[in-house]
Amino acid sequence: MKFPGIVIVTIVAGIALLAPEIAVAARINELSDSTFLDRTVRFFTFRDPSLRNALMGSMLLGICCGLMGAFLVVRKLSLLGDALSHAVLPGVALGFLWNMSKDPVAIFVGATLVGLLGAATVQLLRATTRHKEDAALGFVLASFFGVGICMFTMIQNLPGGNKSGLDKFMFGQAAALGRSDVILLAIVTALALCAVMVFYKEYAITSFDAGFARSLGMPVQIFHYSLMLLLAFAIVSSLQAVGVVLVSAMLVIPAAAAFLLTDRLGKMLILSAVFGMVSGGTGAFFSFVGRNLPTGPFMVLAAAAVFAVSLFFGPRHGIFSRWWRLRSRSARISRENTLKAIYHVLEDEEFETDQVSGRELAERRRETLEEAENELNTLRRHHYVTLSSDGGSASLTPEGWQRACEIVRNHRLWELYLTNAAHIAADHVHEDAEKIEHILGEETVRMLEKRLNYARRDPHGRLIPGLEDIQFAAGRHTVPSRATGFGSATN
Amino acid sequence: MVQPWTADFSITLWVVLMGFFVTAACGLVGNYLLLRRMALVGDAISHSILPGLVLAFIIFKTAATWVAFVGALAAGMLTVLIIEFIHRQSRVKPDAAICIAFTTLFALGVVLMSMLEGTGSFHIDADCVLYGEIAFVPLEPPAVWHGHSLGPPSALRMAIVLAAVILTIAVFYKELLVTSFDPGLAKSLGMRTGIWHYGLMGALALVIVSAFESVGAILAVAMLIVPPMFAAQLSERLPLRLVLTVFHAAASALIGLHLSVWLNCSAAGAMVVAAALLFVVVWIGSQVQRMMHFRRKLPDPRTEEVRVVGAST
Repeated sequence: MKFPGIVIVTIVAGIALLAPEIAVAARINELSDSTFLDRTVRFFTFRDPSLRNALMGSMLLGICCGLMGAFLVVRKLSLLGDALSHAVLPGVALGFLWNMSKDPVAIFVGATLVGLLGAATVQLLRATTRHKEDAALGFVLASFFGVGICMFTMIQNLPGGNKSGLDKFMFGQAAALGRSDVILLAIVTALALCAVMVFYKEYAITSFDAGFARSLGMPVQIFHYSLMLLLAFAIVSSLQAVGVVLVSAMLVIPAAAAFLLTDRLGKMLILSAVFGMVSGGTGAFFSFVGRNLPTGPFMVLAAAAVFAVSLFFGPRHGIFSRWWRLRSRSARISRENTLKAIYHVLEDEEFETDQVSGRELAERRRETLEEAENELNTLRRHHYVTLSSDGGSASLTPEGWQRACEIVRNHRLWELYLTNAAHIAADHVHEDAEKIEHILGEETVRMLEKRLNYARRDPHGRLIPGLEDIQFAAGRHTVPSRATGFGSATN
Repeated sequence: MVQPWTADFSITLWVVLMGFFVTAACGLVGNYLLLRRMALVGDAISHSILPGLVLAFIIFKTAATWVAFVGALAAGMLTVLIIEFIHRQSRVKPDAAICIAFTTLFALGVVLMSMLEGTGSFHIDADCVLYGEIAFVPLEPPAVWHGHSLGPPSALRMAIVLAAVILTIAVFYKELLVTSFDPGLAKSLGMRTGIWHYGLMGALALVIVSAFESVGAILAVAMLIVPPMFAAQLSERLPLRLVLTVFHAAASALIGLHLSVWLNCSAAGAMVVAAALLFVVVWIGSQVQRMMHFRRKLPDPRTEEVRVVGAST
């Protein structure tokens, strides 16, 4: 499968092209109007330059974090993102102390270095103590963050320097993104994209099966650390917009949502990046409309909404979809059990009539008349039976006849197979066959028949319906007056 | 060195005591979390109680302590339930589930908070949520009982929580031990592991909530993890670990205070730094010891099973 990063490149390029095209300078007096509708309109017309920065920054951040997060989620390192995002705080403070100003480059370098130090500490703790992953991560998170808090409070108490905006690193404020911040984000995103596209195969193999990768002679550690470096880049460049606490959410939530929707890494990367981008855009929108509310929380809530949708309604793994499948399957099994009971009733009468009354069915299944009639009605809706005019009795349609034969055949074949091949006592095989009869496919049935030498009778001495009996229904619409042992008449 | 004590003895004493109460209570509970490999659940709960605090305020329209407490406790339990729900109902791994649950709740809390601030009726300092300010504890109006001044109410509350934690561990020592070390054995002995699990989560939420209000989330989170790691590095026996945890708590509270006075920074942050430094010292020490073990061809302590005394029944 070709890595479909081209799609993401197109999206990034689209965003990059879009913004300058609509560049219309905002007038000062426009900043004062502030109804919800007004601000919504202004959001979508991109008139404020600060908004353009914020929106582009948020979307780039979403893409970048989404890509990196996908690898975190498949490598089961989700909490590493959390630990590192807290751990870079001292680096931010160091970067600020460099020349007592919010210089993006200094902060970026400082935070990246400290982030890598944090990742290395986790590795070292795991290698030299018997503490588990969670303790190592927790230690790095807490102690680095503690150091960061100390340094921040020290900076607050220091004289001089432009300290305003430093608190934005806690919760993030996309509106505070400057042009240089956005450029930094763009570079990091491009870097992440290039790395993932060029080394897609290598990252995939080292993520899923490090042992196999090692046996191929791949430098697994190098790929691990390059991923850590990219992760640190992503975290540090996102800090300004989402804040320390919530970067990990932007890493994990879109990726987890994508993880629920697909089994392919390539698709997951695309979905994750798209989810991240959409969440970023949504966060920027609400933050702008709500007059400079913190951006990070809104992004995270948008991402969480996406996750909730895929958790409940994902086509394959969603809770609702699974519940629906389970329901339809148990409905089918119940229908098939009724068909089987009808067959048994007919068989007991040696197929002299083709009518089964509700009473006979109820006696057979040991249930009330009402329940039996409900079941017959259900079968009628699925065109397995036709009801007599007073609704009291039913006769099988060709489809119903065919399905009933198949189920009984599956059941009896399986019983015979268990007694003959697995040497289970004949009175112990019924329960198992009750379950398997709904699942056996045609191919398995052919194999069983062959293996059992096309036997005629099950362990209890009853005749097994054969292919002829099933096909019999195709030609005629009523059950023959004396349907035999299903092919056994000729023998 | 003694300057902070001579300058204002009672204030310094209460800051250190408060730090000790928080650190010891967190550390004792943290020992069991560490055994269960759930060290980061504390981090998750400490973040996710924020929406509980804010919602409780919105519903009851008061910022009284018990209201905040109920809200935060409910939010803490909700986090645990959400984590289990995501983990059980989907193929998302537990670590990702933790991350999703607490960040979402925290985001919700921040949004609610900033909306309330917009209406001007409510104010929690967002920074306070994260690192609190333990130095303000002695400035609270002291609790008075029969005319005697007892001390700052939050410190007294924390002392009660610490006492409750110690009492619980003493009474249910065996059950906690068995369910933490060997859930399979516990089940075969007829213990309800689920109840102990949720009981521990409840205790965790209780400790974090009572610590959170005055010292911030970060001290609580760090103290859930660092002291037990320190103790685990020194001993393999749980009773000794618990005692070591308390000593570590006292030491880091004391050293942290001096550090904060020296560096002029947040006391809670400095206590975390002190605790981490103590761990690093022990860590390096154990590395040196391991190298000496290695030379004498003794078994590597890492590969030895953790021996527990007191689980024989």
